[in-house]
Order: sequence, then structure tokens, then C-alpha cells
Amino acid sequence: MQSLTSRAKQVDRSPMTVVERLYLWNIFKGMWITLKHFFRKKPTIHYPEEKRPFSPVFRGLHILNRDEEGRERCTACGLCAVACPAEAITMEAAERVSGEENKYREEKYAARYEINMLRCIFCGLCEEACPKDAIYLSETFAPANYQRKGFIYGKDDLLIPHPKENPEEYQKAVGSRAKAPANA
Amino acid sequence: MHSSLLVVDWFFLLEKLIMIIAIVSVSLVIAMYETYFERKIAAYLQDRRGPNRAGPFGLLQPLADGLKLFMKEEIIPNTPNKFLFILGPCLAMLTAMMTSAVIPWGGTIDVFGRPVSLQIADINIGILFIFGVVSMGVYGIMIGGWASNNKFSLLAALRGASQVISYELPMGLSLIALLFITGSLKMSAIVGGQLDQLYNITYQPLGFLIFFICALAECNRTPFDLPEAENELNFGYHQEYSSMKLGFYLFAEYINMFISSVVMATLFFGGYDIPFVNDAALGQSIGANWLAVLEAISLIGKVAIFIFTFMWIRWTIPRFRYDQLMNLGWKGLIPLSLINMLITAAVVLWLKK
Repeated sequence: MQSLTSRAKQVDRSPMTVVERLYLWNIFKGMWITLKHFFRKKPTIHYPEEKRPFSPVFRGLHILNRDEEGRERCTACGLCAVACPAEAITMEAAERVSGEENKYREEKYAARYEINMLRCIFCGLCEEACPKDAIYLSETFAPANYQRKGFIYGKDDLLIPHPKENPEEYQKAVGSRAKAPANA
Repeated sequence: MHSSLLVVDWFFLLEKLIMIIAIVSVSLVIAMYETYFERKIAAYLQDRRGPNRAGPFGLLQPLADGLKLFMKEEIIPNTPNKFLFILGPCLAMLTAMMTSAVIPWGGTIDVFGRPVSLQIADINIGILFIFGVVSMGVYGIMIGGWASNNKFSLLAALRGASQVISYELPMGLSLIALLFITGSLKMSAIVGGQLDQLYNITYQPLGFLIFFICALAECNRTPFDLPEAENELNFGYHQEYSSMKLGFYLFAEYINMFISSVVMATLFFGGYDIPFVNDAALGQSIGANWLAVLEAISLIGKVAIFIFTFMWIRWTIPRFRYDQLMNLGWKGLIPLSLINMLITAAVVLWLKK
């Protein structure tokens, strides 16, 4: 019969030789194999202590970006919510009143911004849709939670720390793939 | 004169009591850590890491396992005889612990001017005692399996009983050949004959091989773990057991493994003799007590090698089918041990002339 692949192996049905029938020699061979595995390097990564590096294109949790003065970039235009194929994003817009210029970059801002991480498929279309570079996907993933409502991330979960008031946290959150903070 | 016969040797009682407590606790601790090393070795043979969360290197894992077993619900199934159901694990544990009584764990030490031998009972039928106790281990399986009132358990118990009984024969026969050489049933004499001499394994390699295979079968270890047979019999005779009763069965298995390793080391590998060292000369230079400590360490080292081999075999070889098991026992090992016995007898007779 024509074999489909070159890897097909004919089953050997010839009667066992004396050595094979003794079985002992084959046991030693098997034990030699397991012993070699005993000293082999283990591929395990000890997870909480040691983490596998993410690839540079990994799409993880969302981050709402601020500009270099710490003002929120989001203008609540809703393009990300429109682009989202999983309909995971909801937002409510509000108008900036005078005196809030140091908090919001433009006249309109998102008073409420929620992403349902159970719906989100981490496709990154929101990042592509955003005209203000206000949202991008980071290198972390959503941690486990006991409740469903814990997976609905609000603004306080998503917003990046303030670059002036909390520079260390900010640097940590920015990670290796920060969008250039100065962006005209 | 008459009153002196009634005087109880309190020191003797105390000495034996301390020995018993020490050896029982040592075997319990070793059995406990055998479970840890079983998992660790299994993991390493399979390119995994094994338990490493409880304590440094996971060393507290046995404690966590024990705690888990103690916390579990104690279930006694609706069986006609609850007494036998509880007796099963007790018997398994009892017989496992009893064997250690006749094993010499080291030479004689000197405590406040009194010679104390590191052996609980130096009876002159040491090997027969071990055989007697080991064959009682079948009752633990049998009674437990029967009292579980469950087909799988009963089937496993029957399998286990027939396996243990059929592998006891070649084990005994292979030992007879050894006894031709040593000329004594006394454990201390068998070890004494090997001190600073060639070990018995050099005279009885085939006998050792047979004994080793039978020891695997007696301990219900893979490839002979048919009584447990997770995938055919749902864990066999311990299926209905929960909590510490199950723990006792598992513990008894590990103690059995430890004890049979000790017996093999004692009979074939010189017992507490320190390899490549002249024990007597060493004893002269560092004193008898230190020598005894080193000897006990040497025995434990040999035992550790055996235990590792047991586990190594377990994680390498698949389980035998039942007919293969019986074929190997009755058609393979018994004739082989008979031949071994005859040849040994002939050689011993010929050398005596």
C-alpha cells in the first residue's frame, strides 16, 4: 500500500528474539532513557517568580494615556467603541468646565469609560481607531477575579498614573512600548 | 538467688523502648519523605519540577499532604462488618512496622559502659520472622478489600493476595540459596559475615535479582501494582477508604518499600558495613560509638539507593497484565530460583570437600 507520508512505519510483527523475550535488557534500556531525562534541563518557568517575556506585539490590558503634563488625552469621541468588534467599550462624555484645563487636554472628556474585559478579544482595533493616541494595549493581561463585575474596568483601573505626581508608577506602567508622550 | 531472677533489668527495658520508639519514628519520617521524593523523582524523570511551593524546595509538602488527609471526611461505607473495615489499614500498618524489629541498624555502641546493640531483637530466626510478618501483610489487603463491600475492591484484594502469595515462593527460594552461603538465619550473623568481606551480591547475583523482583511485587509497586490498578479497578482495595485510613494504606506501602530496601541492603549489600573502608580499623581510631553512627548512615545511604531504584522503576515500566504477572511468577521466577538454589548447593558442597 502506498503510504501517505514518509514517516509511516511498518509494524514489526516478527516473533520476539530471546533478548526481547527476556525483557530484562529492554527494561534497562528504558531505565537508561528515564535516567537521561532525570538530568535533563527542565523547561518549566517558575511562574510568579519568573515570567516569560512578552513578545513586542503582544496585546494585553488597555491603558488610557495622558500627555506629558498629565492631562487625559481621551475626548470621548466614541470611535474606539464603534471600532470594537466585541462591543466591550462604553463611555459617557462630559464637557470640561473652566479650571479643569490641567486635568483634561481637550474641551470634551470621558466622564465614564468602561471596558468589559470578559468581552474584549484584545484585537487592538480601539488602539488603531483612536485619533488622539489615548488608548493603547499594554504588556499585561487581566488578572483573575472572583466576580464578573471585577472584570469591568473603569477609568481608575485603566488610566495611566500621573507622570508628574507619580513618576515611578508612570514609568512602570509605560513599560517598553510607550507612545511618545509629547504628541502635537 | 531466687530474688535475683525476678529483678527486672530496667536498663534493658529502657534501652529496647528507646530503640523501638527511635526506629518506628525514623521509619515513619522516612516513609513520609518517600512520598515527597516519589513525587519529586517522578517529576524529574518526566522533565517536570515536582512540588516546590510548601517550604523551601517543597520540603513541607508531606506535612501538607498529611494535614489534608487528616482533615478529610471519614466515610465508612454500608458494609456488613465495620470492624474489619477498620482493621484492614491497621493490619497493613502493623505488619509494615513490625519487620524492622530484627534488622541490625549498626554495630554495638557503648552507653555508660554498657554495650548496646543497635537492633531491637537479635533472634536466631530473623529471616523467618521477616517472612512471617511480610506474609501477614496480605491480610491487610484481603480484609480491607473484602470489608469494603465493593466488587472492584474485592477483585483487587483477590489479585493482591494471589500476587503476594505467588511471589513469596521465589523470594523464599532465592533466600534459601543465600542461606546456604551464610549458614545462619540470624540477621546479625548475616551482616557479620559480610563485614569487611565481599558482599553476598557477588556470590548471589541471580538470587538478588529474583529477590529484588519479588520485593517489588510484595510491595505492590509498579510494574506489579495490579491490586491498585487505577485505570482498571479504580484504585483497587483502597477505593472505599477515605481520610487517614487511606493514608494508612499508602503509608504502609511506603514503609514496606523502606523495609524491603533495608532487608535487601542487609542481606545482599553488607548491611551497615561501610563500603571500601575497613570498619574494624576505623572503629579502633574513632571509637565504637562514632563508628556505629557512620555505619547507620552507610546503611541509610544504601537504602536510599534502593528506594530511588524502586521509584525509578515505577516511573519507567508499565504495569504487567495479570496473566503476564502469573506467568512471570510461576513459570519464570520459581524455576529460576530453584535452579539457582541447586547450583549454589552443588557449589557449596563441592567447595566443602
